[in-house]
Amino acid sequence: MQTGTALKEKAEKAITKVAMYGEDFDLNEFEVGTREVPLTDDLEDLDSDLKQTLVNVGVLPDEKDRSGSFLMLDNAISHSSISDPDIELMSLHEAMEKHDWLEDYSWKLVSVDADKYTAKSYLENANGYFIRAPAGKKSSMPVQTCLVMGHKDATQTVHNILIVEEDAQLDVITGCTTKKGVERAMHLGISEIYVKKGGVLNFTMIHNWAEDIGVRPRTAIHLEEGATFVNNYILLKPVRSIQSYPTAILAGEGAFARFHTIAVAHPGSELDLGSRVLFNAPNTKAELVSRTITTGGKITARGEMVANELHSKGHLECHGLVLSNKGTQRAIPILEANVDDVELTHEAAVGRIAKEQVEYLMARGLSEENAVGMIVRGFLDVGITGLPEELAADIDKTIAQIGKDAI
Amino acid sequence: MLEVKDLVVEIGGRTILNKVNLKVEQGSTTVLFGPNGAGKSALLMTIMGFSGYNVVSGQIIFNGEDITSLSVDERAKRGLGIMTQRPPNMTGVKLENLVNAISTEDSLDTDAIAKKLDMERFMERDVNVGFSGGEIKRSELLQLSAQNPCLYLLDEPESGVDLVSIEEIGKTIDELLASRSKCFVDHNKRGNSALVITHTGQVLDYVEPDMGYILCNGTVVCKGHPREMLKEIKSQGYGECIKCKRGQL
Ligand SMILES: Nc1ncnc2c1ncn2[C@@H]1O[C@H](COP(=O)(O)OP(=O)(O)OP(=O)(O)O)[C@@H](O)[C@H]1O
Ligand SMILES: [Mg+2]
Repeated sequence: MQTGTALKEKAEKAITKVAMYGEDFDLNEFEVGTREVPLTDDLEDLDSDLKQTLVNVGVLPDEKDRSGSFLMLDNAISHSSISDPDIELMSLHEAMEKHDWLEDYSWKLVSVDADKYTAKSYLENANGYFIRAPAGKKSSMPVQTCLVMGHKDATQTVHNILIVEEDAQLDVITGCTTKKGVERAMHLGISEIYVKKGGVLNFTMIHNWAEDIGVRPRTAIHLEEGATFVNNYILLKPVRSIQSYPTAILAGEGAFARFHTIAVAHPGSELDLGSRVLFNAPNTKAELVSRTITTGGKITARGEMVANELHSKGHLECHGLVLSNKGTQRAIPILEANVDDVELTHEAAVGRIAKEQVEYLMARGLSEENAVGMIVRGFLDVGITGLPEELAADIDKTIAQIGKDAI
Repeated sequence: MLEVKDLVVEIGGRTILNKVNLKVEQGSTTVLFGPNGAGKSALLMTIMGFSGYNVVSGQIIFNGEDITSLSVDERAKRGLGIMTQRPPNMTGVKLENLVNAISTEDSLDTDAIAKKLDMERFMERDVNVGFSGGEIKRSELLQLSAQNPCLYLLDEPESGVDLVSIEEIGKTIDELLASRSKCFVDHNKRGNSALVITHTGQVLDYVEPDMGYILCNGTVVCKGHPREMLKEIKSQGYGECIKCKRGQL
């Protein structure tokens, strides 16, 4: 095991290490986000602007149909509450004090010296959420977590650990966003996720940033025998730059991972979104589906599947719509088989909406705007369910606007 | 109700329709015959206003209005509805959502028609994606029932349909044509009309035709009684018709 000192040394060496993908941010240009944040007993007590901000990323202040809520503001925890006695939810720092064994889960899937962003998060001793579903327990309702940046020109560093123990089941909705008026800031988020034998984790993440925000999540998921991980990622609003490439390690026989990504790149946005699956055990399966739209921004949709064991089966689908002459769509699928008897397939397509489809709907009496809206909505519909109504309504509005702007 | 006058149409610079003249009277069913490649589908697509069908000259008059340069949706709003030969795959667009989006206060009872056409289990499917030939036709009819047009442009409604389904589809077409019209309220007369392309004439077992045209090489070569035309085509092919009737036009 690596000692704290050894990790610290590694991190210090990596503090200027440029990441493999995405724009290189100079973190010295940003202040360290504050740890002095107001505590909130009840999310309903937040001011109405902030409540709306939460709702727009699927986090419900009234906590209706939620088994727990967690709110991190800048670099500290503002609220943490759990109503489901079977689920553990607290800040990571608190959890580390409570559970000695948690050491074995921290900085194990993500390495501190991966790049400057991981190094920075380590050196700042980033806090975040800890969620654990004990063996055999099923959360009846999702846990919601929200990470909000409240100050301009600051960084938020987050470190989360999620553990779904054997045969447990957990749903998490997490929203990452900025307070109104915070146009420029930097979000760094480390997430280490463990799904043990037979466990199931449904993880839905909604991002909603502002024009000049940089976002660098670093996520890895470890799946044991028969474990299931479903990841939904939704980004529909403007941002300056997001680069993320979560990796799922299918370490146990029969493990399954699914990544759904839906994202829109507005003018000025640069999105580099991927997902990677390592098939490290026999009979493992994965599905990577990405649907991206550019209305003027740049998108790189990556997907990588590496089959290291027999009977791995994976499908990768990257579809990109170009709704503006100024936008760029790049799809980069990578398939790698290191043993025989595996089945990895991919399907990638980028292009504009087929006129034939628009006219088909117009011939039924829909206006061009409604026809395009309907096609865009259909394009983005990859079957993500369980989104709160308020969010679904906001998504609908955004899509309608995209349809309008496209013609 | 529909009048096509001296219509000349190009696709990609090539003349596909040359001086086509044709009329569909209100409440009538007009049949369009003609060999493969004659331009029948092109004529229907042009009447509906699809892009790529470039009108060089001539006019399309619908209910007294020149609609030659109207957009597709404007034509649909005025009461034109089409079942095309090869509708596109609409990935992500569920049949149910589409039917709901088309529906207005003028719509027919789509629930009943979906049931009748045995399309209920297709409502959650993406429109046309993986649909069989017959399923496409039934889905088109369901959409048309939501649209409730006054002029049905039907491109080979029976092609690719099994013998049992033909009866269902034929009867449904007849029913749609006989249902209340959003354009005309005249209780003595059918409000809705149709322009139907057929090779086999099977649909005419269920829908009574009033007038027939034969299109050849992009132009109308015969006009006459549709059943007799069909008999003639069946026994002698198109060659005879073109030769015999040319002088009579
Ligand atoms: N998009 C296109 N580009 C080039 N040529 C076309 C296009 N669409 C139609 N054509 C040509 O126009 C002619 C008429 O085609 P159309 O589809 O109207 O024939 P049709 O009478 O409906 O034949 P069928 O009975 O086989 O359906 C054909 O020669 C066809 O190849
Ligand atoms: Mg045809």
